[in-house]
Amino acid sequence: MPNLLAKRRLVRWSGAAGASLATLTVLAGNVLAAAAEHAPDAAHGGEHAAGGLPQLNPATFPTQIFWLALTFITLYYLLSKKALPRVAEVLEERQERISRDLSKAASLKEEAEAAMAQVDQSLAGARSEAQALIAQVAAEIDANNHARQAQLNAENAERLRSAEASIAAAKEQAIANVRSVSADIARDVAGRLAGLDVDAAQADAAVAAVIEERRS
Amino acid sequence: MDPLHQFQINPILQIVIAGYDVSFTNSAFFMVVAVALIYALLVFGMSGRALVPGRLQSLAEIFYEFVANMVRDNAGHDARPYFPFVFAIFMFVLFGNLVGMIPFTFTFTSHIIVTFTLAATVFVFVTVLALMKHGLHFFSFFMPHGAPVALAPILIPIEVISYLMRPVSLSIRLFANMMAGHTMLKVFAGFTVMMISGLGAVGFLAGLVPLAINIALTGFEFLVAFLQAYVFSILTCLYIRDALELH
Repeated sequence: MPNLLAKRRLVRWSGAAGASLATLTVLAGNVLAAAAEHAPDAAHGGEHAAGGLPQLNPATFPTQIFWLALTFITLYYLLSKKALPRVAEVLEERQERISRDLSKAASLKEEAEAAMAQVDQSLAGARSEAQALIAQVAAEIDANNHARQAQLNAENAERLRSAEASIAAAKEQAIANVRSVSADIARDVAGRLAGLDVDAAQADAAVAAVIEERRS
Repeated sequence: MDPLHQFQINPILQIVIAGYDVSFTNSAFFMVVAVALIYALLVFGMSGRALVPGRLQSLAEIFYEFVANMVRDNAGHDARPYFPFVFAIFMFVLFGNLVGMIPFTFTFTSHIIVTFTLAATVFVFVTVLALMKHGLHFFSFFMPHGAPVALAPILIPIEVISYLMRPVSLSIRLFANMMAGHTMLKVFAGFTVMMISGLGAVGFLAGLVPLAINIALTGFEFLVAFLQAYVFSILTCLYIRDALELH
């Protein structure tokens, strides 16, 4: 225990210093006192010339012990019964108040944290709900689009098909017209140039054969 | 001019009880003043019972906590019941010393009989405490633990004497410090006066030297006033610890 040792050293040092100082100053004091006694204007030299050091005059011991006992016992009584309990009470009260405030602050903090967690939780719930809603709506729109697309596609295909059919029919019609006109022309040409009277069916067959040839 | 005149006991009111002269003196007056000041500081200081203390309340609380910590650190936790005793000792000695620093007052702690009575009170208190707590086992205190038995004839007398010397060293330390300090202040003040009256104008200049020393000494004396009160009460704490724990 270095602290305790240091304290003991301090005590010893101060004691030694005090004692040596006391010896020195008492010597000096006695010299001065003697000087004062011999001085013609010594105001109170004779008063305690006989006693020397007032501390060593036993005549004053009873009164000092008596009043010391009286005052010290009074002080002890006043302190231990009145003053100190009051100080202790105030200090305790403060300590209590501080710890109460601290615990209150801690519980408030806990409460705030719980509320915060709740807010976080509801926020997360709302967010996931919104997300689900968005996903649902997106899926709905998607499905809708798909259906319309399919419908449009089917309509288009139908239109295409009917247009193709009417085109094919027109083509066939045109080809047939061309054939009959070509056969007539061929018969006419053959009759005028060669004087041949070609049978209509024959001419038609010949034109058809040519058309077939070109087509393929 | 007599530096010892300040220690003179002067009766204010002559009282004789059972043949003993117990007059109310200047010493007794300042004991009453010290007690009144201590009590006033604690009672008026704490009367506000403020949560955030003011100046006077802070002072009272600082004294309380200073001594409480001293008792706890030096005498242990078992010493709590003796806290008021140590507090009373500390405050009484401190205020005796500090009131004595005011010019024209009387320093009752500069009288050996006062410090010895206080020290003897402490001595009797700790001895009775040790006897009540440990019974006859208390006397094992005088034989240090682990010392060879062969050394007992030497060690035991040494320990007994050092134990019996406690009140002597305790009282002389305080008395000597207070008396020496106050005497020195008076001696140096006396030098200044003597130089002025003896050397005239030159003495007036030369007299400034002891005056300057006196100013430094006054500051030093305030330190001593506090330190000696601290030493006295800390030794009381250590003695209480010895009485409670017997090493």
